[in-house]
Amino acid sequence: MRFAETGFNLEVDLSTGNIERVETDPRWTEQHLGGLGTSSRILWDRCPPEVEPYSEDNLLIFAAGLLVGTPAPGANRTVVTTISPQSLFTAYSMMGGFFAPELKHAGYDKVILRGRSPSLVYLWIHNDKVEIRDAAHLRGKGANEAADLIRAELHEPKAQVAAIGLAGENRVRFASIEHGRSSASRLGIGGVMGDKGLKAIAVRGTKDLNVARPAEFMELCNGALKYIGVREQKPVPGVMPILAGLGSPQEMKLIDEEWHTTNFMWGNSRTRRRDFWTKEIEEKWKGTQESVRKRLVSCYNCPMKCGATISVPGEATYMMKCFSKLTYTMAAYSDLDFGFRIAQRATEYGVDAFSAPQVMAFGLELLEHGILGPSDFEGMPADNEGRFFWLLDRIVRREGIGDALADGTYWAARKFGKAAEELAHNNIKKHEQLPLKLGMLNPVYFLMYCTGEKSNITQIEGQFPQAPFATMAEREDFVKDWVQVPDDRFKKYLLDWEFRGERANPTYPTVEMSCDIVDWQERMHHIDDALGMCAGLSSFPLKPPYHIHNYPAFISAATGIEVDEAGLTRIARRNRTLLRALNVRRGLTRDDERPPDDHWKKRFPDLEQKLLDAYYKFKGWNLRGIPTGKSLNELDLGFVAEDLRKRGFPIDDDTAPSPQPSGAAAEAKAAS
Amino acid sequence: MDATPKKKTRLVKTIRVDVDKCNGCRACEVICSSFHASPRYSSSNPERSRIRVIREPLRDIYVPVYAGEYTAAECSGRDKYTIDGKAYDECAFCRASCPSRSLFKEPDSGLPLKCDMCESDPPLDEPMCVQWCLNDALVYEEHEVEVTEEDEPQTELELGVESLVDKHGLQKLMDTIARMKKKG
Repeated sequence: MRFAETGFNLEVDLSTGNIERVETDPRWTEQHLGGLGTSSRILWDRCPPEVEPYSEDNLLIFAAGLLVGTPAPGANRTVVTTISPQSLFTAYSMMGGFFAPELKHAGYDKVILRGRSPSLVYLWIHNDKVEIRDAAHLRGKGANEAADLIRAELHEPKAQVAAIGLAGENRVRFASIEHGRSSASRLGIGGVMGDKGLKAIAVRGTKDLNVARPAEFMELCNGALKYIGVREQKPVPGVMPILAGLGSPQEMKLIDEEWHTTNFMWGNSRTRRRDFWTKEIEEKWKGTQESVRKRLVSCYNCPMKCGATISVPGEATYMMKCFSKLTYTMAAYSDLDFGFRIAQRATEYGVDAFSAPQVMAFGLELLEHGILGPSDFEGMPADNEGRFFWLLDRIVRREGIGDALADGTYWAARKFGKAAEELAHNNIKKHEQLPLKLGMLNPVYFLMYCTGEKSNITQIEGQFPQAPFATMAEREDFVKDWVQVPDDRFKKYLLDWEFRGERANPTYPTVEMSCDIVDWQERMHHIDDALGMCAGLSSFPLKPPYHIHNYPAFISAATGIEVDEAGLTRIARRNRTLLRALNVRRGLTRDDERPPDDHWKKRFPDLEQKLLDAYYKFKGWNLRGIPTGKSLNELDLGFVAEDLRKRGFPIDDDTAPSPQPSGAAAEAKAAS
Repeated sequence: MDATPKKKTRLVKTIRVDVDKCNGCRACEVICSSFHASPRYSSSNPERSRIRVIREPLRDIYVPVYAGEYTAAECSGRDKYTIDGKAYDECAFCRASCPSRSLFKEPDSGLPLKCDMCESDPPLDEPMCVQWCLNDALVYEEHEVEVTEEDEPQTELELGVESLVDKHGLQKLMDTIARMKKKG
C-alpha cells in the first residue's frame, strides 16, 4: 500500500489519444519525494536537450506534491514542469488552489502530457474514467469562462479546472495556466499547453488518500495549525507589514502599499517614485480596493487568506493575489482602479502578471525611442490606460506588433536590434524579473538571483530576513524564538549583521555565510516543491510553521518512509542538483548566471565572482556551475554523471572546455 | 397529583455558521473525513465529509452545510433562495441525504452520512471542523434547554398518529379506527 501518494501517474499522448494509468516506482519517492523532484527525474529521463519547447516531444507535467491531499495544512500545490519557451531551460511554475488535491483523490500523483493534439481539446479526469474531449467551442474563451463552461457541460460543479486563455492558445511565451484564485504563470508554460492543443484539464476525484501513521501525523498537523493561529497574532516587529506575517504578501488584505510603490520601479522597471505614497493616494486606493474586493479567499486546507474575489463594476468577477495587484498599475504609471480592471482581462487571457506589464511598457519604450514607428502602433488609442488595453489585446492575439511582443522582452528585443536589447534590461535567463532596482549589493540575494533554477523572485524570499535589524535589542528579540534555523550559527549571522560598517552588505554576510544562507533557503524551497507545500507556510516567510526540524516527522508519519534531517537535506540536494544538471545539459553556463546589470547601483565584480566560485564549490559543482562527477555519484545521480560525460561535459576535469551547448543551438532556432 | 410537571434539562449542541467569515478553504471537509476514517485519521477524502462547503467562488457563494437526516424520498417541491442578490442553487441549504442529489453519501457504498458532532470517547471539546476553522466561520456552542416531562420523546407511532390528527382531526381519526375495528 502506498501512503500520502497514490502511486499512479496518468500518461496522456495528445497526438494519438492514448491514455494510460501507470504505477510509479516507490524507490523514486524515497529518492526524490514527489512533486518537482520526481517531475525533474521524468524530464531527465524523457526530455533530452534536443527537445524544443514547442514540439511534440516536450512534456507538460502537472504534479501534485507528496503531501497534497493529506490533512497537512497548506499542502495543496500543483507543480507544472516543462521546457520553457522563454528561457529554453526547465520551467517549473506552481499554483495553489484546489486542483492538486482533487487530482490525488482521483487517484493520480501526476498527469504527464506529451504529443500535440490535431485539434483543440480538453482532458476530463473523473476517477478511473479519463477522456479527451473536443474543445472547439472553447477556442478563444477566457480561462475562467472556459472553466465555467466545462463544469456546466459536464454537470460537475465540483470539478476543478486548470485552463489557458487566448494567450496560451496563441503560444505567447509568457502565457499562464489559470485555476480560479491561482495560476501557474511564470516561464510560459501556458504557451506549451496551447502548443499541445490542450485548452484545459478538468478533474474530479472521490477516492481516499491514506497516511501511514495516522495518530502521529494528526498530532503534527494539529501542532502546525495551532502554531499558525498563534503566529498570526504575533507579526514580526520591525519589518514591512506585508513581510510580518505568514502566507504570500497580504496585499489583498492590506491597503498600505508604501513599500512597493516607493521602492519598486514604475514603467518598464524604470522610475522610482519615492514620494508617491501620500495620504491622498492611500485614501483613494483604500476606496478602490474596498469597493471591488468581495471576500478574502484561501487555497485548499489553508487558513491563510492570500487571495481575494475582485468584482469591478462592468467586468466579470475574478480572483487575485499578491503583487499582481500593482504590476499593471505601476507599469502604466496609473492608479489602482486601472490595475484591477486590466488584471481582469489579463486573467481571462491567461498571461503572467509579472512579465505582461513589463512587456507592454517595453513596447511603448520602443515607440518612444523611435526603434518602432507610429505605423507599428496604428489604431492604438491616445490615452495611457487605453494603450495598455490595446497592447494586451494585440499581444494575446499575436496581431501586428503584438506578435513580436508576445515573445517577451528578450526575444522581441533580439528581433529589433541592439538598441532594443538595451531596453530589455530587466531579465535573468531571458525572463522578466520583478521591477526592482536597488542601491547596495546584497550578497545573499546576488547568489539567489544568479543561480536559482526557477529564475525568479519566489526563489529568493526566505526564512532569513531580507535586511538587518537596526538595533541589537531587535535582533536579540528576533532570534530568541527562531526555532526554524538549521543551526545556531545562523542566529549569529543575523546578530552581527549591520546596516553600515564592516559587518554590512556587500561584504557581510561573508562569502561563506552567504553560501550557507542560500543553501538553507534553497533546501527549504526544494522540500516544499517536492511536497506540494505552499511556500507561504514554509520557505517564503519569517518563522513559518514548517521547517527543517519538523518536516522529517511529517514526511515519515505520512509516508512511512523513515527520513531524518540529514536524509531530507540529502534528498533536497539531490533534487536541486538534478535540476541544475537538466539545465546544464540544455546549455546553461556561468555566463547566464547574471542579474540585470542595473539591478544594484553599487556592484562589486571581484566579490561577485568570488561569491559564484564559492557557491559552486559549496554545491559540489565546478567553476562553470556544472555538478562534478564526484558530487553526482555521492547523491546517487551516477546516471546523470554518465550522461553528461557522454555528451562531453567536463564534469571530471575543471580545465576542459565546455562543449557547444545544445541550448545555444535551440536558441538560434527559436530566434529565427 | 402535582400540577406542575417535573423540570428536566437537555444539552443542545449548536454550530454557529457565519458564511461571511468562510474563506472557502474546505479544511472542515478534510478534517471531518479524516476524523471519521477507520482507523481514525488513517485517510482523508472530502467526499466522505459530513460537512460540505457549497462553494461558488466567482459568485461569492460559500455556505458550509452539515449532513442531517437521511430521507428515503425527496420533497414534493424544491426551494431556491436568493439572498442579498445572490441566487443559491436548488436545495442549497438542505441538510438531508436525499435521493435527489449526490451530497452526503459515501462515495463507494452510497450509504447516507450524518454529522454526529464528532461524538467520541473521551469527548472532544469541540467538533473537529470547528477546531480546524481558524477563521471562526464555524463556532461551537452548547446550551441547556428545559424540557417538561410531557416533552419526553414521542414514539414513532405517536408521531405518526399525531400527524394524522393534524391532517384529519381527532374525531375523524377515531371514527375511522372504530370503523376499522368493527370490520375486524
